[in-house]
Amino acid sequence: MTVFSTKPPGTSPSAVTSSTARPKTRARRPNRLFRNLSAKIASIPMVLTAVVIFLGGTVWTVVYSFTNSKLLPRLTFVGFDQYERLWATPRWLVSIQNLATYGILSLIFSLVIGFLLAALMDQKIRFEDTFRTIFLYPFALSFIVTGLVWQWILNPEFGVQSVVRSLGWTSFTFDPLYNEDIVIYGILIAALWQGTGLVMCLMLAGLRGIDEDIWKAARVDGIPMWRTYLFIIIPMMRPVFVTTLVIIASGIVRIYDLVVAQTSGGPGIASDVPAKYVYDYMFFAQNLGQGFAASTMMLLAVAIVIVPWAYLEFGGRKRG
Amino acid sequence: MNIRAVAALLAASVVLPVGSTQATDLEVTHWWTSGGEAAAVAELAKAFDATGNHWVDGAIAGSGGTARPIMISRITGGDPMGATQFNHGRQAEELVNEGLMRDFTELAAKEKWAEKIRPASLLKSCTFEGKIYCVPLNIHSWQWLWLSNDAYKKAGVPVPKNWDEYVAAAPALEKVGILPMAMGGQPWQANNAFSVLVITVGGKDIYQKVYGDKDEKAAAGPEMAKVFKAADDARRMSKGTNVQDWNQATNLVITGKAGGQIMGDWAQGEFQLAGKKAGVDYTCLPGLGVTDVLTTGGDAIYFPVLKDKEKSKAQEALASTLLDPKTQVAFNLKKGSLPVRGDVDLQAANDCMRKGLDILAKGNVMTSTDQLISQDTQKQMEDLMSQFFASSSMTVETAQKRFAGIIASAD
Repeated sequence: MTVFSTKPPGTSPSAVTSSTARPKTRARRPNRLFRNLSAKIASIPMVLTAVVIFLGGTVWTVVYSFTNSKLLPRLTFVGFDQYERLWATPRWLVSIQNLATYGILSLIFSLVIGFLLAALMDQKIRFEDTFRTIFLYPFALSFIVTGLVWQWILNPEFGVQSVVRSLGWTSFTFDPLYNEDIVIYGILIAALWQGTGLVMCLMLAGLRGIDEDIWKAARVDGIPMWRTYLFIIIPMMRPVFVTTLVIIASGIVRIYDLVVAQTSGGPGIASDVPAKYVYDYMFFAQNLGQGFAASTMMLLAVAIVIVPWAYLEFGGRKRG
Repeated sequence: MNIRAVAALLAASVVLPVGSTQATDLEVTHWWTSGGEAAAVAELAKAFDATGNHWVDGAIAGSGGTARPIMISRITGGDPMGATQFNHGRQAEELVNEGLMRDFTELAAKEKWAEKIRPASLLKSCTFEGKIYCVPLNIHSWQWLWLSNDAYKKAGVPVPKNWDEYVAAAPALEKVGILPMAMGGQPWQANNAFSVLVITVGGKDIYQKVYGDKDEKAAAGPEMAKVFKAADDARRMSKGTNVQDWNQATNLVITGKAGGQIMGDWAQGEFQLAGKKAGVDYTCLPGLGVTDVLTTGGDAIYFPVLKDKEKSKAQEALASTLLDPKTQVAFNLKKGSLPVRGDVDLQAANDCMRKGLDILAKGNVMTSTDQLISQDTQKQMEDLMSQFFASSSMTVETAQKRFAGIIASAD
């Protein structure tokens, strides 16, 4: 097969006629590259950004994670030393544990609560707009503000604990941010408060996309409402769930500012997260190599989650 | 397009500001942002402006931890300021190594810095391969125990005179609902309080062995076990402080809600600001009343290498201004720190400052941990100590074992 024409489509009437004259598969070939040429030219900067900055930066980071770079990057390779040190560091292990706890719980709770709220909103209630605004409002706040607000609410001196105590229960204790065993749940509460509104909205949009006739059919068949939701509606909402999952998951891995605002990783190192470890070792400890090693591990963790998912999602579509 | 015209315009916009003003602008970055600190900086600016140059203030809020990464990335990124603050020690080590900092050996020789600056270790930590790269500005020491006289009056026990009495008096304070020891939640506070315990309870030798020689055996040995026992006491006494910042913790002592706090001499500024009087409202115990010793940390000014000749000249003017006896007195009185020259007179110094000056004059000084260990090691210790102080389950033995591990790999 040979490529005949490099002319973009529509430049001359002859090109169109000549392409229609040929068999379809042959005629399309040269056109594919130049279809929507202006759009492709317009996306070149973003493609360059992705390749040079994202991909290039990632490769650079991985390469330098095998060096003993301190304050400034240096190409003195030390093999897996940085990784050995990383996995022998208690703080890193604590941060991984925290991320796992936080990640799993926040995934489950934000999906469940978000869907429940959306389902309740979908019952044709009055003042739906008002409720929707109230639930979505926290999402308009940054993590820093959210963190500060919840730091005050959970502060035993003037938060929930002192309010309950002033009502008469003097032995009431609720200080998650100052208890190393449960501090991560204190952060989880704030994250859920901030994030479930968005999940609710996404779910609500999904629910609204379900054809009214499906509900009618289910009602005619006498299927109880909860079963309709569980076995008919939720499977139909798969694309919405996938989108929501990606949004929540990306929020989990990069969690940093909420922790900084709420506890700065404390008490001690009990609420530390990987992103904070990376930042601290790159900039405070002036040990770039160690920070790069930690961020490479974060990338690896994301890849382990994303790659099988992408394979299932996109690989499956090609076959079907 | 007329690129030359544009280039000329751009060049003109850079050149013009310098040409139009007689004085040379020199930007100085630092993290002195609290009330007393800002007042002290104003003294420096005044003295520098008097030399016919112009001090451009580049204050960065949020303490050294926030400021240093900004300063470093400006220098390494090719946008150096005229001069910048760092703590004495190894924070700027690699920048010097890379040749990004200016060598001041000639000026130092001309003005005889080596004879004037005391203790000599300050100038030594500015020296790299025989050349001098920074100007020491002041001395801050960590080894102070601040006590609230009110709190002890309320508990009905005399104000402790040393660490052991302080630990022994803790139950009496707890009985009347006073927190025996205030300790903020930031990692550096726990870590530095620990290093204070090493040098006082452990002694100078063990401090030098552990931090100076990085002797792993000493760090795991019985003398350090004694220090960890004291740290365990401190942990018990400080349980329930529930504040983050050091000045909030100091405030607990000022208001009598806490018995005492281990904190550097900058805490004194807070007492002064609250109108408290040394010896009457509060008591200070340098060296925790155990060992008469102070470490000499503090601030130094570094000068990045600049291409601009005028600015380089202004850098020299600033360097000599900083060490001028008048500037030293004006700055340090407001800052609450000690001057780096022994030949200046501090009439206005209060009780606690005089105690500090005495110890300094006797030469009972050690180099600070900032000068002895790298930032990397420092951070690892901070992680360990903040975890130890926050945890109720971590044993003393585990902590010591991990501490020895950090010392073994320290640099």
